[in-house]
Amino acid sequence: MSVKRISTPLSEQDVMELKAGDNVLITGVVYSARDAAHKKLVELLDKGEDLPVDLRGQVIYYVGPAPAKPGQVIGSAGPTTSGRMDAYTPALLAQGAKGLVGKGSRNQEVKDALKEHGAVYFASVGGAAALTAKTIKASEVVAYEELGAEAIRRMTVEDFPVTVVNDAHGNDLYVEGAKKYERVAGEG
Amino acid sequence: MREVHVDTVRDHIRDMCIDANYNLGDDVVQAFEQSLKIEESPTGRNVLEQLIENARIAREEQVPMCQDTGFAVIFVEVGQEVLFVGGDVKDAINEGVRRGYTEGYLRKSIVSDPVERVNTKDNTPAVIHFDVVPGDKVKLTIAPKGGGSENMSTVRMLKPAQGRQGVIDFVVEHVKTAGPNPCPPTVVGVGIGGTFEKVAWLAKKALLRPLGEPNPDPFYAEMEKEILTKVNDLGIGPQGFGGRVTSLAVHIETHPCHIASFPAAVNINCHASRHSERNI
Ligand code: SF4
Repeated sequence: MSVKRISTPLSEQDVMELKAGDNVLITGVVYSARDAAHKKLVELLDKGEDLPVDLRGQVIYYVGPAPAKPGQVIGSAGPTTSGRMDAYTPALLAQGAKGLVGKGSRNQEVKDALKEHGAVYFASVGGAAALTAKTIKASEVVAYEELGAEAIRRMTVEDFPVTVVNDAHGNDLYVEGAKKYERVAGEG
Repeated sequence: MREVHVDTVRDHIRDMCIDANYNLGDDVVQAFEQSLKIEESPTGRNVLEQLIENARIAREEQVPMCQDTGFAVIFVEVGQEVLFVGGDVKDAINEGVRRGYTEGYLRKSIVSDPVERVNTKDNTPAVIHFDVVPGDKVKLTIAPKGGGSENMSTVRMLKPAQGRQGVIDFVVEHVKTAGPNPCPPTVVGVGIGGTFEKVAWLAKKALLRPLGEPNPDPFYAEMEKEILTKVNDLGIGPQGFGGRVTSLAVHIETHPCHIASFPAAVNINCHASRHSERNI
């Protein structure tokens, strides 16, 4: 299995070269945010205010980690279901975010926004949270500390394994992957 | 009567919350290894390898395998000759959950009110299912349940005329709709019969059976096999990236039902199919 390596922040060219089905290792900074943080970010945008982080070129990881044990950088930290972020995602892509990491399918508005703004939706392996935590080398809360596990964290990752699900060209691995391996009744 | 102090229950529950979240059962790890032999998709194989590695890290470093350490769903079988002493057994169970989730560095994912949504900060209260059985023992089972897979669950009141095929179609269609969301490879719990609430309970109970152990009734064992084949033919594969292994197992539990009804339920569990069991 071939693997591509990319570093954040992502450039226009990085994004355009990624295709649905690519296995990718991400190195650099990613920002964690779940529903509660998304809601707050979009409320700020609605009020015309600045976001607590500059999202241009950045990757957002949908994660609410488990508490860190003493000596750990972070507790187990796998992806949460991305669909809950769908309503907020186009607004953040308009702010320049280039990558999203979660698990599960996105709605049509998100897929369209990925094409329009040139961005990519990756999935990391849901439930492989102890493994993922090992790729996170540093983590600090940068906004909404009061949200606990749902606060926005600036995480430094090294070789964080993800797979491209929706690329900027309109391809969808969840649809194409299943089609490729589907067995229709009467076959084989 | 045999007296059982509720503090004993509390201490077991504490340990079980932690054990279930750190140590994935051998049956599940073996199912991953079996799956590696049949998975054709390279990305799918990579996912399975990550899951095996993840389970190893969680066990060796004693950390949760998944950050969603779940709703503490607890089954308690109480022998009818048991007398609980020292307090309220439900309070003791919740205290065990509180200690387990706090002292085990597990994530607290419960909100006190479904609409207001304020986190209780200690993962209580648990969902507790009591059953009274003959004897003087207490059997505790905990099955922490993640939100991602629990959300992909459903009950349908089928028509009796739909029969065996009706249930099969319903389950397969449901797994297809769930797609990548419940973190495949999944375990599919199916309830058939009973009433509206009983069938949902059966589907959940079906998830407790060790993987690889078929329904004792050959008719249902055959049906489990057939559904598993059909589900894996969907091509969803590990994590929904496409592949042969969408589910590790299908478990069916049944109950007699009314002449006019034919309830069926699907409760999907993710590959983090966690349990811990203790006998007192
Ligand atoms: S569905 Fe299961 S494996 Fe996936 S994130 Fe939730 S608890 Fe973890």
